[in-house]
Amino acid sequence: MVWVNDIIQGILIGGLYALFACGLSLMFGVMKVVNLAHGDLAVIGGYVAVGVIAVTHIPVLWSFVIVVPLMAVLGYVLQRTVIQASLDRSILTTLLVTFGLSVVIENGLLQFASANSHSLGTDNAIITSSFSIGSQITIAYLLLLIFAVAVVVLLGLQYFLSRSRYGRLIRAVADDREAAQLSGIDYRHVFGIAAAIAFGTVALAGIAYGMYSQFSPTTGTDTILLFAFAAVVIGGLGSLWGTLLGGVVLGVAQAIGAQISGSDEFLAGYIVFLAVLVLRPQGLIARRGQA
Amino acid sequence: MSGRAAEQGTPLLEVSDLTVHHGQLRALDHVSLRVFPGEVYAIIGANGAGKSTLLRTIAGLHRPTEGSILFDGTDVTRVRPERRAIGGIVMVPEGRRLFPSLTVEENLQVGATYARKGPWTAERVYELFSWMKDRRSQQTAQLSGGEQQSVAIGRALVANPRVLLLDELSLGLAPVVVQRIYGMLPEILSTGLTVLLVEQDVSQALRVASHLQCLLEGRTTLEGTPADVTPQQVEAAYFGLRGAPADQGSEPLWSGSTTSSRGS
Amino acid sequence: MTAVAETPARSAEKYRVTRSRRNVAWTGLGALVVVVVLALFPYVVGAGTETILVQGFIILTLASMWNLLAGYAGLVSVGQQAFVGLGAYFVLILNIHNISMFTALPVAAVGCGVAAFPMWWLVSRLRSGYFAIATWVLATTVLLIIEKFPSIGGGTGLSLPHTPNLGSAVLEAYTYWIGLAVTVLALLTVYLLLRSRLGLVLTAVRDDEVAARSSGARVGVARMLVFVVAGIGCGAAGALLADSQLIVQPSAVFSVQWTAEMAFAVIIGGLGTIEGPILGTIVYIVLQQALQSYNVWYLIILGLVAMVVAIFARRGLWGLIDEHLHVRLFPVGYWLWDPASNGRRGLRPRRRRGRHGA
Repeated sequence: MVWVNDIIQGILIGGLYALFACGLSLMFGVMKVVNLAHGDLAVIGGYVAVGVIAVTHIPVLWSFVIVVPLMAVLGYVLQRTVIQASLDRSILTTLLVTFGLSVVIENGLLQFASANSHSLGTDNAIITSSFSIGSQITIAYLLLLIFAVAVVVLLGLQYFLSRSRYGRLIRAVADDREAAQLSGIDYRHVFGIAAAIAFGTVALAGIAYGMYSQFSPTTGTDTILLFAFAAVVIGGLGSLWGTLLGGVVLGVAQAIGAQISGSDEFLAGYIVFLAVLVLRPQGLIARRGQA
Repeated sequence: MSGRAAEQGTPLLEVSDLTVHHGQLRALDHVSLRVFPGEVYAIIGANGAGKSTLLRTIAGLHRPTEGSILFDGTDVTRVRPERRAIGGIVMVPEGRRLFPSLTVEENLQVGATYARKGPWTAERVYELFSWMKDRRSQQTAQLSGGEQQSVAIGRALVANPRVLLLDELSLGLAPVVVQRIYGMLPEILSTGLTVLLVEQDVSQALRVASHLQCLLEGRTTLEGTPADVTPQQVEAAYFGLRGAPADQGSEPLWSGSTTSSRGS
Repeated sequence: MTAVAETPARSAEKYRVTRSRRNVAWTGLGALVVVVVLALFPYVVGAGTETILVQGFIILTLASMWNLLAGYAGLVSVGQQAFVGLGAYFVLILNIHNISMFTALPVAAVGCGVAAFPMWWLVSRLRSGYFAIATWVLATTVLLIIEKFPSIGGGTGLSLPHTPNLGSAVLEAYTYWIGLAVTVLALLTVYLLLRSRLGLVLTAVRDDEVAARSSGARVGVARMLVFVVAGIGCGAAGALLADSQLIVQPSAVFSVQWTAEMAFAVIIGGLGTIEGPILGTIVYIVLQQALQSYNVWYLIILGLVAMVVAIFARRGLWGLIDEHLHVRLFPVGYWLWDPASNGRRGLRPRRRRGRHGA
């Protein structure tokens, strides 16, 4: 049954979508910011990786070691400056500013990097090959690796949020910014940490995407942003595992759509997204910890 | 007033001519007070009198239009709220404001993040509120109002503040619960804290305060010690009887005598 | 237009409440003059300028609609391109059935208004960020669905099959005049809408939604109305686009770039003011022409300027002008004349400046 193979592909790619989505979810959960430039940041991660690899000749698989911390720092700086400034005005302003940022990034990339697609590829022969289960199911090692990385990152993030000191601070600030201030916490710094995590994870996802597929300057908004948001909404805000579930549901929906007709792949995903928005806007997994 | 200063040295908290606006509404109008170490200073008044605004401004959540706040001699009027908390001015906000997605223990841990050195630890808080230790892994949303209030107080205590600001402890709680919570005050004071509290329940305030001030429409209408003020004076100051306070300028209608007698 | 308000105690003099600071008749006259002058353009300017102006009309119509949504109803839509595309495709479909592309325009606009209802039903319960993304997803979904129909061009698009048999100059002129009419109508609609009770509801909601609701304002209905009107307006702009380009391509008419352009024009010109979109469109066109040979630069610069303006000058260029000159071309607020002062002090509803304190 070809369906089984496609569904498995869908599940695995759901891991990548979840990786895209967790940063978006974090930023919205902690500071109520919908970062419309989120997808473009993944693409920037990809382009930075291209540059880093060209300069340092580091193997593609290890490029994240340099790119992710770099993007995390960028996230902290951007949050403390631009995003905080717009947050101080209103939520509307943050929407406008992040939208502006998205347009600027995309056109900037178009200007400086051309409209051509890039792919990071991998120079590792084993990764690019696949293995088979039975005669119907073929799984690419790369996809499996990406899924594994996504699960590990989500696990790590979950652990960080629930056990570490900063994770606690992030949760506290997300719950009640003012009460956190009264306990001596500078919420702007905590916001910066959250943004750093968001930028770092989305850059990692961007690199993974670049290895698995191609990206161009507009991929951020064409593809990634909507997928990330769909994963967050379908899975439900406030739960990282919900984001994974959302990503998987999206991936499977797309796989089924692709079966129906090649061009319906994305459409199927969007229809599921809209359906969830209308029927169950709180997502499939409700937010925990709220009365 | 000068009698108090002469007896007790410099005030720990000194608020002078504090004026706060919410947009175009004047919430506080040239309010002044002085709190000395070890005191329990109560602010009473009706709803909307400006009591919470006063406390919140002292905590740093509102910026005053005029006036100054001195903490142990240092001007903190423009200091950010989190820095004030680290410096020793910690508020238990109105409505408890616990972190709903955190457990009891985690709430305390957050409160202790930037704690000063001192006698208060989570363990000591568990001793003060005997039920808390067994239920410290519970989510705070599942606690009763009184229990939440205890956790909120505990969260402030573990920071080892020098001045504890208590905003409307009795709000939404049954009288017997309120009594119990205020019953903790002596032990809290015994560790060297100073308390500035806002309370709508006048009799409760009179029971615990060593000094009090009544606000009406943002202005001080009464100042003194519980021993020196009569119920009639309090009632008049609370409701603004006997002439509009606005015509009196910012001088209080009555002052207590200058000889202070320490309240409970 | 004047009302007299009594004040208690203190003063026995009367306050006056007026709609505008100066006689609005002068502004109306000025506007009329501008419109007449613009109408005469096809007789004096070349085709190139006409094309630029038509582009300006499209942007201005879109901008005033987006301003209505975001600046007054608080709905930040990143999916208005759905209506632009639908408007264009309505024209295409009608033209395929032998209806003139000019007659098709108002039909397309109405069609988009009808389409706005089910779309509102899908997204109406969402707030701010969710709403924005949902409109974007919706627009993309509409695009993907339309691309599935080869009879209207599929993924590549289709030229309008039945263009009128006029010379190109005359065609341009007719398109120009229709564009002018659409723009004037759009601005007039927005102006009248905001002066009406709907406008009052929207302003109340903008200041304090909870208070507005508890005062009985039908907030949901007001927002829906605004969404539908914006749908009609953007649809008309899309139809105008089809008329001026004579070809309809899905990726072009459904591009999110339309939202970027209308949003930037509004933000820079002045969000929440009627004059803002006009100013913003002028800035947009000027920038676009100046940076023509630099392709994507004008969007980058526009985007950066919009970001800076959004943070530092909330009410945009017009807001700056308004603050210093106290000019209001389209009066929709009220002026309160305090008899104690020398008659020049007007009180306008205070705009929230963002949080102060922590």
